[in-house]
Amino acid sequence: MNAHQSLAIGRPIETLEAISPAATEPDAMVRFEGISKTYPAYRGKPGVNALQNIDFAIPRGSITGVIGRSGAGKSSLVRLINGLEKPTTGRVIVDNRDISALAGRELRLAQRSIGMIFQHFNLLSSRTAADNIALPLEIAGWSKADIRARVAELLALVGIADKHDRYPSELSGGQKQRVGIARALATRPSVLLSDEATSALDPQTTRAILDLLANINRELGVTIVLITHEMSVARQLAKEVVVLDAGHVVESGHVADIFTHPKHPITQSFLAEVIGDSLPVSLASRIVPEPSAGGQAVIRVQVRGAGAGDTVVARLARELGLDVSLLSARIDEIGGQHVGSLVLGVPGSEDVQAQVLAWLSQYQFSAEHLGYVA
Amino acid sequence: MSPELINLIIQATGESLYMVGIAALLGTAFGLPLGVFLATSRKGELFAAPLVNRVLGAVVNATRSTPFIILVVAIIPFTRLIAGTSIGSTAAIVPLTIASTPFIARLVEAAIREVDGGLIETASSFGASPIQIVLKVLIPEALPGLLLALTLAVVSLLGYSAMVGAVGGGGLGDLGIRYGYQRFMPEMMLAVVVVLIALVQLVQSAGDYLARRVNRRLRHR
Repeated sequence: MNAHQSLAIGRPIETLEAISPAATEPDAMVRFEGISKTYPAYRGKPGVNALQNIDFAIPRGSITGVIGRSGAGKSSLVRLINGLEKPTTGRVIVDNRDISALAGRELRLAQRSIGMIFQHFNLLSSRTAADNIALPLEIAGWSKADIRARVAELLALVGIADKHDRYPSELSGGQKQRVGIARALATRPSVLLSDEATSALDPQTTRAILDLLANINRELGVTIVLITHEMSVARQLAKEVVVLDAGHVVESGHVADIFTHPKHPITQSFLAEVIGDSLPVSLASRIVPEPSAGGQAVIRVQVRGAGAGDTVVARLARELGLDVSLLSARIDEIGGQHVGSLVLGVPGSEDVQAQVLAWLSQYQFSAEHLGYVA
Repeated sequence: MSPELINLIIQATGESLYMVGIAALLGTAFGLPLGVFLATSRKGELFAAPLVNRVLGAVVNATRSTPFIILVVAIIPFTRLIAGTSIGSTAAIVPLTIASTPFIARLVEAAIREVDGGLIETASSFGASPIQIVLKVLIPEALPGLLLALTLAVVSLLGYSAMVGAVGGGGLGDLGIRYGYQRFMPEMMLAVVVVLIALVQLVQSAGDYLARRVNRRLRHR
């Protein structure tokens, strides 16, 4: 979705609303309280502090993205939610129950209200699509008739009603993940955990699966926790984002807030993946450090916020009476906010440059002078 | 070949099938749970019991390293206790079962370990108990491998059964030794070998066919 959007004229520059961080959300579906997770040393390998000082909440009904590089602790974090792993210290409260304190049969009962989907789908090769979806229901002790009705409902929900009798080996990746989603939803969970669920899929299929997850969140009200190392996935689906790095939460909050004003280097690097801060090669190769007669100064303007970049070129030209050329522009939308940069060419004299930079800073635009082109 | 000799071959084939069939059934009955346990009881696994796992593993290895003919003779008192006699086809089932159980257990262990660990995690994530995971995930997913393992076990049992002639167990191997070797009847030896080859072929083909039938991993319609 790296659309080069047209720059409409006439919309005012909007400032971001202050958004309360997720941790203060009163109705939390999942709450991490003072979590740390340490894997002890084993067979010569040193112990690992996978998670440290984790305190945050996932709002009920939200789609929350947990993003981080591999090894950041994402998988450990998500496995604490459904009790597949126990925290070394702290508590994990899921739907007002301390899941970290449960064991045996009590834990298994609680796990029925938490669905999970996986990167490699994890379908049983020996069962058809319908029978894979039926598995959690068999385990929960549903009657055959109830299972049959529920499975038909779920296959329709995920849009593969015609694949009822197909084995996983006969399905495409996207279809397999649809089976995985249907299976995860079978026991009507209140939370759906997605562990890199689209990482093995191509971009089109990824988008279709993310759309399906968005629909499920909207129609069933299921809280979705989305573990991903792909910024594009978090951006497309999540409303809340938690950025993990080396076992710590380095940033959390509304997706637009986090990505329009990234503070931590990790967050900034994730953002750069999506919007990119490199110039087109044809332009970059022409930029020189010294001005030339009749040449232009090159200025990059960061765009952050709803409609922020729409009018800047027109207003700059009008208010300062300059010929402003648009050399390159890349604006993306994250959580309804525009994020990207414009590369402008303005007449190359020192005082014009200073005037332009002063005007931009007056309107809270962050801008930098990159050099000159002939 | 005279009708009496043909009758002998038919009778010996029946004895072999009887011994091997019952021993395979019993070996599977003991070996399957033992193999599943061996595959799931190491540290951090479903039925984690590392010490028991090591002890059982050692017992299995010891049984497997004992030459079959020695096993047959060594356990004669035990055989008498179980079967009431130490002579004959029924008595021979006891050492055959004892030899095939650890063999089948190791094959089952290998087949179960082939199942993707992600499936165990998946089943745990929706609240399956360890027993449910074994019955609904591990065994069905390992079924093609388990059928091939059983096939291999039956074929090996046919070979072992030739040795139980030493305790009057009867069967094809015994016939081949007594008539073909001791009475200098090479045509008898040849007939026994031909029947054994046919039996092994039959068992292997049936096993391969069944394993293919239940294998959904690579099958495309």
